[in-house]
Amino acid sequence: MSQKLTRGDVTKVALLARLKLSDEELDTFTSQLSQVLQYVDVLNEVDTENIEPMAHAIEVSNVFREDEVQPSLSREAALQNAPLTDGSHYLVPQILENATPES
Amino acid sequence: MSIVGKTTGELLDSMNQGELSSVEIVQAFLDEIGRRDNEVNAFLSVRPEKALEEAKEVDQKISAGEQLGLLAGIPIALKDVLCTEGETTTCGSKMLENFVPPYDAHVVQRLKKSGVISLGKVNMDEFAMGSSTENSAFKTTGNPWNVEHAPGGSSGGSAAAVGANMAPLSIGTDTGGSIRQPASFCGVVGMKPTYGRVSRYGLVAFASSLDQVGPMANDVSGAATLLEAIAGHDHRDSTSINCPVPSYSDSVDKPLEGLKIGVADEHFGEGLGDEVRKSVENSLDVYRSQGAKIVNISLPHSKYAVAAYYLIAPSEASSNLARYDGVHYGYRTENFDNMIDMYAASRGEAFGDEVKRRIMLGTYALSSGYYDAYYLKALKVRRLIRQDFDQAFEKVDVIASPVTASPAFKIGELSDDPLAMYLSDIYTISANLAGLPGISVPVGLSGNDLPIGLQLLGPAFEEDRLFRAARMFEKETDWKTLKVS
Amino acid sequence: MDYQIIVGLEVHVQLQTKTKLFCGCVNLFNPDNPNVQTCPVCTAMPGSLPVMNREAFSLAMKTAVAINCGIASFTKWDRKQYYYPDLPKAYQISQFDLPFSENGFLDIEVDGEQRKIGIIRAHLEEDAGKNMHDESGKGGDSKVDLNRCGTPLVEIVSEPDMRSAAEAKEYLEELKLLLTYIDVSDCNMQEGSLRCDANVNLHVTNDDGEKIATPIVEVKNLNSFRGVELAIEYEADRQWDIYQETGLKIGDVAKETRGWDATRGKTFGQRGKEDAADYRYFPDPDLVPVTVTEEEKQAVRDSLGELPAARRSRFIEEYSLSKYDASVIVSQGNSFTLYYESVAKSCGDGKQAANWLTQEVLREMNERKISIEDFPITSDGLATSLINRVRDKKISIKSAKEIFARLMEDFGESNESYGDNKAFDQRVEQLIEEMGLALVSDTGELEGVVDAVLAKEQNQKAIEDFKGGKQAAVGALMGQVMKQIKGADAQTVRKMIIEKIQNM
Repeated sequence: MSQKLTRGDVTKVALLARLKLSDEELDTFTSQLSQVLQYVDVLNEVDTENIEPMAHAIEVSNVFREDEVQPSLSREAALQNAPLTDGSHYLVPQILENATPES
Repeated sequence: MSIVGKTTGELLDSMNQGELSSVEIVQAFLDEIGRRDNEVNAFLSVRPEKALEEAKEVDQKISAGEQLGLLAGIPIALKDVLCTEGETTTCGSKMLENFVPPYDAHVVQRLKKSGVISLGKVNMDEFAMGSSTENSAFKTTGNPWNVEHAPGGSSGGSAAAVGANMAPLSIGTDTGGSIRQPASFCGVVGMKPTYGRVSRYGLVAFASSLDQVGPMANDVSGAATLLEAIAGHDHRDSTSINCPVPSYSDSVDKPLEGLKIGVADEHFGEGLGDEVRKSVENSLDVYRSQGAKIVNISLPHSKYAVAAYYLIAPSEASSNLARYDGVHYGYRTENFDNMIDMYAASRGEAFGDEVKRRIMLGTYALSSGYYDAYYLKALKVRRLIRQDFDQAFEKVDVIASPVTASPAFKIGELSDDPLAMYLSDIYTISANLAGLPGISVPVGLSGNDLPIGLQLLGPAFEEDRLFRAARMFEKETDWKTLKVS
Repeated sequence: MDYQIIVGLEVHVQLQTKTKLFCGCVNLFNPDNPNVQTCPVCTAMPGSLPVMNREAFSLAMKTAVAINCGIASFTKWDRKQYYYPDLPKAYQISQFDLPFSENGFLDIEVDGEQRKIGIIRAHLEEDAGKNMHDESGKGGDSKVDLNRCGTPLVEIVSEPDMRSAAEAKEYLEELKLLLTYIDVSDCNMQEGSLRCDANVNLHVTNDDGEKIATPIVEVKNLNSFRGVELAIEYEADRQWDIYQETGLKIGDVAKETRGWDATRGKTFGQRGKEDAADYRYFPDPDLVPVTVTEEEKQAVRDSLGELPAARRSRFIEEYSLSKYDASVIVSQGNSFTLYYESVAKSCGDGKQAANWLTQEVLREMNERKISIEDFPITSDGLATSLINRVRDKKISIKSAKEIFARLMEDFGESNESYGDNKAFDQRVEQLIEEMGLALVSDTGELEGVVDAVLAKEQNQKAIEDFKGGKQAAVGALMGQVMKQIKGADAQTVRKMIIEKIQNM
């Protein structure tokens, strides 16, 4: 921790987060985020050896639902909030083939 | 007393005794919205016709002698973060300006069942990120006590609506203090229940492991009844806990015998304003006078809570908000070169600064090479914070503390200093990290007539205890007369 | 210089649950009716939350046990984050550091050689929707269908233990067989319920004996068994050429991802991602962990029943089948083996049953493109009405097959199965009569015909030929006899003709 956050780092994070930021925003965020990161360095004071991470506020396990079919939304209801459709699909700008291929 | 000054219990009594109809009550609050909201700006949308129609139905049921829900005929304001079927749910964001959910949140379903009548949706910090409601994309809400001051946030609209008598009840959500802090700023009662007490289904997520829906009201009993209406298990939320909901409204008036109130040094150190300190100390005296014992406790890791929170919450938020990409719903930019650019530009244009800041922070904290040092470290500290509470609650029944270091700040005062704004959550954040319930109850006024709240924290699923403890103070005093200077 | 192909497979299997992994939408292949199987959860509407499907977890555990993986006592779900229009949450709920099962293996046999293929892990995750690209080349919008989004998947990652394309294909076939046996998936590759990515590289042995590993290439979207085989073969050749040209070793370049073009029979380079993959896995706060007790693990093991490998061995043992026949029968799937066993038990002759199934029945199934479940003749009918009649010398094997063919023709016309064994048997009886196929063991009638044939002028040459040692000459004589008495048993006829000639 504690190394200084650069404008380059912020640019990289913005791409990862899919946020288009103006030059001004990049500058502001670089300084503001640096400040926050500097502040959170205080956690280094805490000895957390052998402490299990706590990802849930109340720790329970084995919550399941039964495999029973529930009604789906109509296509119209599913698509009603979409910015662009052809009436049966969501439409997106042409996907550059395999830009992020995943299974 | 005017209709809009009444508590929920008084309104229910008036209806029971036939003195007031639900239509009259709803109309009175709609009138009050008309009178005050152009100044306070709490509401993002008001639904007068529907509300009156629903009130009429309740009145018909009353005259037919039908069985009614717990809050039948009582108006409420909903934070615009809960999905309402067929009614716009914006989350205070340009991203969801036109989003009309095809379903109701669990809480909304429960409210409908209780017979409560929604007056409309109220303002909030965008995606519940903020402590002032200034981060709304739509309007700036004023504090009803002084509109130049902030109502707090993120449930600022909910607190202001109740504080300004525009609704006797409202629903807020609390991820790091977003119910308790605005409740304190606006002089209303606000409760963050135990994590898992109220279903999050249909609550638009900010930080999933911290978010809870809770009641806000103009008195403790109203908040208790409202929680009773919305609490309980929901199979659609895996983190909703299946444990019985006691009748908070029945027990709220019973004082707690031999109450042991814990007070931690860590909550009264540097940074705490004098007025708040005095007000909180006065309130402890009120408890002492009722036989409560004040016990010193220690929460040694509480000073790390803000740091842990501002890693965990943004990390979860960065992931929860990734879905807003202009494909399936929400804002899409008009100007883009390709798909990735479409995503980035849509998000860049539709999210406000604070949301962007937290997405950036969270993305960074989870990114390769930083995960262990930031996110994982914070999760470990989170456990230590929880353990502090577990130990403290072996000795005391509730923990009393300030809600905020000072009364409502002025609008614009902290908006350029994110870190200072984050640090203002210092007293409330731990309860979210530990999943514990907390209530904010008004206990006095500052020299310039701004409300001051007291926070009471309890062990998991002991909301009942917090309502009763808060009610002990409320019954004993008229907080509006307790001015510190 | 020589090289060895090294292959590891990542296989995605869709589980046969009624509903999706995290919501109650129906889990059904439905590409023609887009966006009708979605809800707030699987379209990632704001406020929606996932809840784990119990049956999906249970099928996933069955899968893991079948591939000999250990089941974890504690497992959790993580978010794998990336942006793609078919992934509406912009993260996939998957498992990262604590998958529910690890360390398994699958035994396969290639060219008579037994191979144990290690399995690193199997984890449960959700499928994405489907993007359809504009193929006009005009850069039109892509279309997104979320029907598939949220379908439960088990991802099975093998060790790089396969040493040829044939082994990879065999591993995949054995895996498919296993998973269809235990009913966790239909493993239909055309519908995408079984999908495969291959990690391929070469271990080169230089002339001086030095061993070098070439860079690993991941070949994606292999959607047929043949495709897996061809893609790996192509890729090995391609990598060999590159190695000879450049000498690049593993680690010299980033891992490359290539696609498989089945039409051209070539792998092709895929564009690198604009930003290096950083999936930012973290535990999903909306889902809670799952713990599994030893008793629950045992219950899964007990529920599995006999797996294909064990069944093959048992068939060889119990029905004296050849390894080949046992393998052919078992590879047809669970229902087929049950049918086989039923026939074998009814007729008491496992070998005959195997002959019928691997020849007549399989041929008809393939020709008519029907499954054994839809086969019109019951196992009992096949055994008692046909196979047993042959055994009892009521009809010849040849006649039985002719009748079988007629029965199948009937089915082709009426499309009706012979459900009632009694009616079926009567139909067989009727056909025997109609076609004159009753086996004539009455030697009196047979003798008359044989004598007449042997007396014919034109047959005298054949008789002489046979006497002169030309065994084949008897065939023509037999044919004439059989033509007159359709039900005659060939062996008997042959025997009688030879005896009579010898006694002339």
